[in-house]
Amino acid sequence: MVSEATNTRQKSVLWDWLTTVDHKKIAILYLIAGTLFFLKAGAMAVMMRVQLIAPEMEFISGQTFNEFITMHGTIMLFLAVTPILFAFMNFVVPLQIGARDVAFPFVNALGFWLFFFGGVLLSLSWFFGGAPDAGWTSYVPLASREFGGIGIDFYVLGLQVSGLGTLVSGINFIVTIINMRAPGMTMMRIPLFCWTTLVTSILIVFAFTPLAAGLALLMLDRIFDGQFFIPGEGGNVVIWQHIFWIFGHPEVYILVLPAFGMISEVIPAFSKKRLFGYTAMVFATLIIGFLGFMVWVHHMFTVGIGPIANSVFAIATMVIGVPTGIKIFNWLFTMWGGKLTFNTAMLFAASFVPTFVLGGVTGVMLAMAPVDHLYHDTYFVVAHFHYIIVGGIVLGIFAALFYWYPKMFGHKLNETLGKIMFWLFYIGFHLTFFVQHILGLIGMPRRVYTYLEEQGMDTMNFISSIGAFIMAAAVVILIINIIYSALKAERITVDDPWDARTLEWATHTPVPEYNFAQTPQVRSLDPLFYEKIHGNGKMKPAEPMDEIHMPNGSFIPFMMSLGLFIVGFGFISFHLDLFISPYIWIAVGGIITFGSMAMRSIKDDHGYHIPKETVEEMEKELS
Amino acid sequence: MKGWKSFLRFTPLMAILLLLAGCGEQRLTALDPMGPQSQWIFDNMMLSLYVMAIVIIVVFVLFFIVVVRFRHKEGDDEYPEQVHGSTKLEVAWTVIPLFLLAILAVPTITGQFYLADTGVDAEETDVAEDESEEVDEEDIDEEAYVIETTGHQFWWEFDYPEGFTVGNEVYVPAGERITFQLEAEDVIHSFWVPALAGKVDNIPGVSNYLWLEADEPGVYQGKCAELCGPSHALMDFKLIALEPDDYEAWVEEMQQEEEEPEETLAQDGRELFEQEGCIGCHATEGAGSAQGPTLTNFGDRETVAGFLEANDENLRDWIRDPGALKQGANMPAYPGLEDEELDAIIAYLNSLEKLDEETKEELDR
Amino acid sequence: MANSADLSKGLPANPEKATLDGKNKFLGAWVFLAGETTMFAVFFGTYLGLQSGTAGGPEPSEIFQLPLVFIMTMLLLTSSLTSVMAIYAMKKNQFQKLKRWMWITVALGAVFLGFEIYEFVEYVEHGLGFTTSAFASSFYALVGLHGAHVLFGLLWATLLLVRNRNAGITLTNAPKFYVFSLYWHFIDVVWVFIFSAVYLMGIGG
Repeated sequence: MVSEATNTRQKSVLWDWLTTVDHKKIAILYLIAGTLFFLKAGAMAVMMRVQLIAPEMEFISGQTFNEFITMHGTIMLFLAVTPILFAFMNFVVPLQIGARDVAFPFVNALGFWLFFFGGVLLSLSWFFGGAPDAGWTSYVPLASREFGGIGIDFYVLGLQVSGLGTLVSGINFIVTIINMRAPGMTMMRIPLFCWTTLVTSILIVFAFTPLAAGLALLMLDRIFDGQFFIPGEGGNVVIWQHIFWIFGHPEVYILVLPAFGMISEVIPAFSKKRLFGYTAMVFATLIIGFLGFMVWVHHMFTVGIGPIANSVFAIATMVIGVPTGIKIFNWLFTMWGGKLTFNTAMLFAASFVPTFVLGGVTGVMLAMAPVDHLYHDTYFVVAHFHYIIVGGIVLGIFAALFYWYPKMFGHKLNETLGKIMFWLFYIGFHLTFFVQHILGLIGMPRRVYTYLEEQGMDTMNFISSIGAFIMAAAVVILIINIIYSALKAERITVDDPWDARTLEWATHTPVPEYNFAQTPQVRSLDPLFYEKIHGNGKMKPAEPMDEIHMPNGSFIPFMMSLGLFIVGFGFISFHLDLFISPYIWIAVGGIITFGSMAMRSIKDDHGYHIPKETVEEMEKELS
Repeated sequence: MKGWKSFLRFTPLMAILLLLAGCGEQRLTALDPMGPQSQWIFDNMMLSLYVMAIVIIVVFVLFFIVVVRFRHKEGDDEYPEQVHGSTKLEVAWTVIPLFLLAILAVPTITGQFYLADTGVDAEETDVAEDESEEVDEEDIDEEAYVIETTGHQFWWEFDYPEGFTVGNEVYVPAGERITFQLEAEDVIHSFWVPALAGKVDNIPGVSNYLWLEADEPGVYQGKCAELCGPSHALMDFKLIALEPDDYEAWVEEMQQEEEEPEETLAQDGRELFEQEGCIGCHATEGAGSAQGPTLTNFGDRETVAGFLEANDENLRDWIRDPGALKQGANMPAYPGLEDEELDAIIAYLNSLEKLDEETKEELDR
Repeated sequence: MANSADLSKGLPANPEKATLDGKNKFLGAWVFLAGETTMFAVFFGTYLGLQSGTAGGPEPSEIFQLPLVFIMTMLLLTSSLTSVMAIYAMKKNQFQKLKRWMWITVALGAVFLGFEIYEFVEYVEHGLGFTTSAFASSFYALVGLHGAHVLFGLLWATLLLVRNRNAGITLTNAPKFYVFSLYWHFIDVVWVFIFSAVYLMGIGG
């Protein structure tokens, strides 16, 4: 192991991973944790589809079903898709801009551990009287103390902690992309994935803070008898919906923009062609990010806000279709005239384009506010957002996984298993969700744990459930593929196994902890490809070989997050019958967190230097 | 392989045509609209579908061509031409979609006002301030016929302007525009009769308005569309449209004093109904409280508890243990009732009829 | 990378931005404050939406004491000014002055916080508890959140001062002082909005 050799202190493997601030290792932590949450939430989805396979089934009760819908949605969005995207952002972005690490490696680790402990806190709800049951939107009054179970306290505190992690990571990415670019890497030369990461991070800063505020209000209502959302005491339940969707709508773009970025990396790589209309793509991303904040009321067309407000937000929503369309056509024209190689990564990336269009057109249909009175809160909406989230984001993630896997783990994933998985997943996906559009139109509301016989919904629900099982089978094949490839696949020794275009492929495989021995000089968009055509295929260094400054690992992020986890549990325990007083939990957690912070601030950590000789030695060994 | 793949891509479109042709239960599905509002919604949905079909076809055709034509061939190691982009194309696919959206924007705005034309001036444009305020009587158009509709966990209460109340089954005159004033007792619900109108939410502390009109008499299925607890899925209701004459007769009948049941069994049942405390929550003929659904016309009901077929067996099971059938229902279980006592109560409830036989036949019961 | 600057000619003119680390902190702090702004905006929006929801309890115009709040405003505005003086001293490499102005800032902030606690106690005695009405909840949440920010700022500044009491101005601690002063200005600006939107409008409207 490279890092072992360079570090002066001998560390055990576990301690190394608990204290790491290396963006590549944090990426792998994110990937593993995110995948585990993904499997958990996916299993819930399968159980819900079993319940809905036939009318009036009694596989799970209405209460359990509501807990499943809530946990499925919450986990998938906050604890599965977000961290998996963060995994790729963390791994790829510093490499793509030619940096040695992110701007704040310490904060990066903190972000991960906050997310992780937040997720654990939320999941603890199963052992303390049931999971949250008011939907991932947790509309009050259903989520209030009077009508909602104890699980919602776990929802509030768990998301508060993990949301804080997401927020600090977002700040970190913004600073990294703006300040840490290699010489010559101008803003209009950074790969599109970096652009989408930047815009996503900006959205995180402006969307997760309203969420934090909203969760704080809900916590005050539930635990400290606040009156924000209690209609009888002057409160207003609609305010929660506004706050939630001011966060919730940008959240969709927070997730989908990185997926757009991934597609924009994979398609050019396997078309052997430069991304068509790079500038237009950048501006489309910015416009989507901006408009993402102007449309939240389209989730509330049936709330009775009035025809004028509804019309304004409806038109704004429709306009988002335009920059999205620009992206779709630019992807198509990137492939047009290219030389397309359909390996698994490209299959996922290419199939993303038509699939996402289907989700996009239903999005425009939903934007027609008066017609939305039909679609709203039905299975039509369920179908629509799964076309965006699964047909868009998850396909993008799978493309990215197969594409970046050799750089991350030093070997490729098996192609045969990959293609089987693709076809199963793709067919299963359309089977599951296409019919749900029609189910919605014939009168099936969303979030129903069952439906009655003789309402014409039996066949389509059956098809949908079968599709879900096929998707589940595809995910099982992916797991088999990961294990099989880890054991059997050939190790990659070349830097650039795909003959790709961007800077991450100019590093060695495996990537040394300092990424680039010498910071590269960037001369164009797609810098590596530029050097292949105009140079010798290698990046030119922008600095002489010298010793490299690296940050020290730290256990403080773990402790800070653990402290907040305990504080969060303390707040929840106001309504749990435990023999330890909530105040003790809060005090202990608070001391751990603030003590760790104080320690960090008192002890200056200047990092360490890898000597020039060691760097030269390692470079020789790797090439 | 290639042909099959492209066929797969087009199945969604074909499926739309096949499935829209007619599916779902009549008087439930929104794809078979039975009133002017749902007809408007359906027409504009189809309009948007046609417009969007243009986008889908363009993208799918391009995609198909790309996938077939531009595959990498074995042994071809040269890089293709590295095109930077095309301003003309970028302008084209910015401007053309804007035109398509403009087509949809017009009905979006006009439709919003068409739907909001409830005959009640709730000053809906002013969001923050007025939502929580009660609407003054004078804001309500004299022409409007307003039925106050309150969502409860997990049933519906309908208060008529004539002063009586019904539960779970709401009667309206066919061919007339009815306004529903939507409120909620506990959590948020959403009032939805797919075959007749779009849905609008019932929100605690807020009054919303929805109008609908049924073209012809019949029983329409209604649903709660907003997650409201464990039995959200079972919070169904019926909207029953009667010929205007029949409707007036029904309203007249609903305002009559309760008559003593004819059968002795039913008379016993009525006594039990009071003794056991049923009347504490379920009013009959305006007597008793309205904590639970009013049972004044229970004998006419199509369902027990909104979702079970109305028969003695289901009613018996329901009274014994409502929570077993509808998780989270507020009605307590009555496991201690003797079979004979239950029979009496059921006979009493079944005797509470307000529709005449002829109307029932017209409704095809 | 350029984590060390040429110190042969003494401290650079902008010591807070002389290193990449400092630049990162500088930008990160701005982004963080942008996020804080949205968070406060939500609390403001909630307050403005709920201020009429008094549920029979005390109303804004009955309870607010303008003279007290005016004094508090002056205190916080002055503390913002003294933190400017501190940064001004830092740029001129006058460490003693920097410390002096920072301590004055902390002292003014502490007095402000004291007044705020006094204010809250007064209101509670007049029957406006946190749970009294939606207005009360949203008022305490907004102003209390600001108060918590002041408290955090005070602890932060104290820790900085104690930690660096003999350190002089270095390229490591200059960004820290600078970021603190940014934060402190932000707290001040938020208070100006609270003063106008909560107190002035509460009494006038």
